[in-house]
Amino acid sequence: MSSRLSGNEAVAYAMKQINPDVMGAFPITPSTEIPEYFAQYAANGEVDTEFVTVESEHSSMSVCIAAQAAGARSVCATSSCGLALMYELLYVAASCRLPIALACVNRALSGPININNDHSDSMGARDSGWIQIYAENNQEAYDNFLMAMPIGEHLSVRLPVMTCMDGFITSHAVENIELLETEAVRRFIGEYNPENYLLKKENPLAVGPYDVSPYYMEHKVLEAEAMKAAKTRILEVAADFEKISGRRYGLFEEYRMEDAELALVLIGSSAGTAKAAVDKLREAGVKAGLVKIRVFRPFPGEELARALAGTRAVAVMDKSEGFSASGGPLFAETRSALYDLQERPYMINIVYGLGGRDVKTEDIEKVFARLAAIAATGEVGPLYTHMGQRSREEIA
Amino acid sequence: MSTVYNLKREVEKPARLTGGHRLCAGCGAGIVVSGVLRALDKEDRAVVVNATSCLEVSTFIYPYTAYMDSYIHSAFENSAATCSGVEAAYNALKRRGKVEGTVKFITFAGDGGTYDIGLQSLSGAMERGHDMVYVCYDNEAYMNTGIQRSSSTSRFARTTTTPIGSAGQGKKQNKKDLTEILVAHHIPYVAQTAPIGNFKDLHTKSYKAIYTEGPCFLNILSPCPRGWDYPMAQLAEITKLAVDTCVWPLFEVEEGVWRMTYTPKKKLPVEDFLRPQGRFRHMFKPGNEWMIAEAQAYVDQKWESLLERTGV
Repeated sequence: MSSRLSGNEAVAYAMKQINPDVMGAFPITPSTEIPEYFAQYAANGEVDTEFVTVESEHSSMSVCIAAQAAGARSVCATSSCGLALMYELLYVAASCRLPIALACVNRALSGPININNDHSDSMGARDSGWIQIYAENNQEAYDNFLMAMPIGEHLSVRLPVMTCMDGFITSHAVENIELLETEAVRRFIGEYNPENYLLKKENPLAVGPYDVSPYYMEHKVLEAEAMKAAKTRILEVAADFEKISGRRYGLFEEYRMEDAELALVLIGSSAGTAKAAVDKLREAGVKAGLVKIRVFRPFPGEELARALAGTRAVAVMDKSEGFSASGGPLFAETRSALYDLQERPYMINIVYGLGGRDVKTEDIEKVFARLAAIAATGEVGPLYTHMGQRSREEIA
Repeated sequence: MSTVYNLKREVEKPARLTGGHRLCAGCGAGIVVSGVLRALDKEDRAVVVNATSCLEVSTFIYPYTAYMDSYIHSAFENSAATCSGVEAAYNALKRRGKVEGTVKFITFAGDGGTYDIGLQSLSGAMERGHDMVYVCYDNEAYMNTGIQRSSSTSRFARTTTTPIGSAGQGKKQNKKDLTEILVAHHIPYVAQTAPIGNFKDLHTKSYKAIYTEGPCFLNILSPCPRGWDYPMAQLAEITKLAVDTCVWPLFEVEEGVWRMTYTPKKKLPVEDFLRPQGRFRHMFKPGNEWMIAEAQAYVDQKWESLLERTGV
């Protein structure tokens, strides 16, 4: 069925259709609307979820961890500093192998405090053991959240899943959207029936041990193996989802990449802007293309290397500053993934859009112009730059 | 439960915290936990929640658990929120017909995990009204990390972050009154107890806390031989002295009504409690008599106010 929803409402609606056992709820801009919508569904009797209105994000994640360990499907939503406050527990959730689903509405981290979009919050959590799936628009935000549970709960995975969308740009903009029937959603999600859980009568369970050196590393390796296995599972779930929705998803989306010589790699809503720029350049005869990363954890390194193998110059665009002094996190991953190629494209990194700084089609065109020059001359120039800086000479 | 307390009958129940855990000899925590869990009716299940603590690292070292019931530890500062989550799951699964029988939810955390880093989480859980018991086993410092002061550490106590030197005489501040903070949450049941004598006080309060609907809080004194610096065989004596000097009074607040549950026949001077403990040794040096006098004055003032409140 067709509807018009904001990204936040779309995710809240997905949660309503799922009707999870427990939700940990705490407000933070721009994700606040998700628990607000959900509270109204609960007040209307449309869901019978235990809606736990905690006193912090730390407690919201703690509630989700405990509820999931107790045998309940649990969800929450947060942004920015809220995710940062959960940081310690994100690792606990993943290491306890609890498939919690978290909707992250991406917002810049303090400081200085800023409520607008970038990816510094979820990028800070990229090594926590959570699967991370990013949306370009409202439709993807809805679809990704529906796929979170079948991915995370599968025996081969059993990891928590963070679905991310861009704060305000996606979370608050109202777009046309195709919603599934609730019955179809419930069939797709299925029942959550873990083999062991705290409330199981026949077999008491202990969760969260003090893990000494002779065991800790084995547990971490199991977690790492699960993350590797998640890639296959994500594609299986995407295939199942296509059957009920007609919408196709992969680990990333390739846009006009078949014969592309110049390519961008980026994440999230900027893909829409970049696609428009690519179309314009294609009309002018430039062989431009785009790779939009959907799944950042597990990172689709081999697949990405194949997708970029035929290009001559690539710009990786990071919507977060990693302070590594040598580029953002997406750049580090992408450049590493391409190391094993026999012939590698030139590659630059552009950090952009921090704290909601706008990115326009002209900005993207400038990046392609730079790539064209690099491809023509073989001169890469500065490797790692910041786009749209008012106080510095514009480099793109 | 039979209304008459019988220690023999109680200790014949199968232990829910089994032997073989790795708490120190002379530690109060194991006795407190066994004592509280013993108050569960035999047929009832429990989920035990634990904050990071000596207790946690001594009772659930992978792959061994000392608990017969289900157990979860997640982090240091979130045990109350963790218990909230288990209770929420129970309510949801019960409503959906996926869990049977009565399950009780009991959290154990030390004073660091309760008075300090876990206070927000505790306050939130109590305010939300989850049907759970939160037990603080109070040993008056961060013992798991090696005896650092907490807001529960009493004034003048020597810890590794309040050492004794030419410019330092132990902790400068008085102990935070956590039990009163919990009373101010207007929850159904708040009590302060300690494992003394035949454990009747501890047992009775544990039973009430477990079987009163809604959030209940127990603050239980739990001496630590390493941190308090007493010979480990003297655990029972030290605990009793804390109660008989009125340093740690035993009382309860049920639906807002304060009641003293134990009044010492003879209120002993506070120095009887201080003297056997190395953490207070400097108070007995010549010239430091004022410390003992001030400690006594503080205990007297708190005790008088408690007498007034409980109408004794």
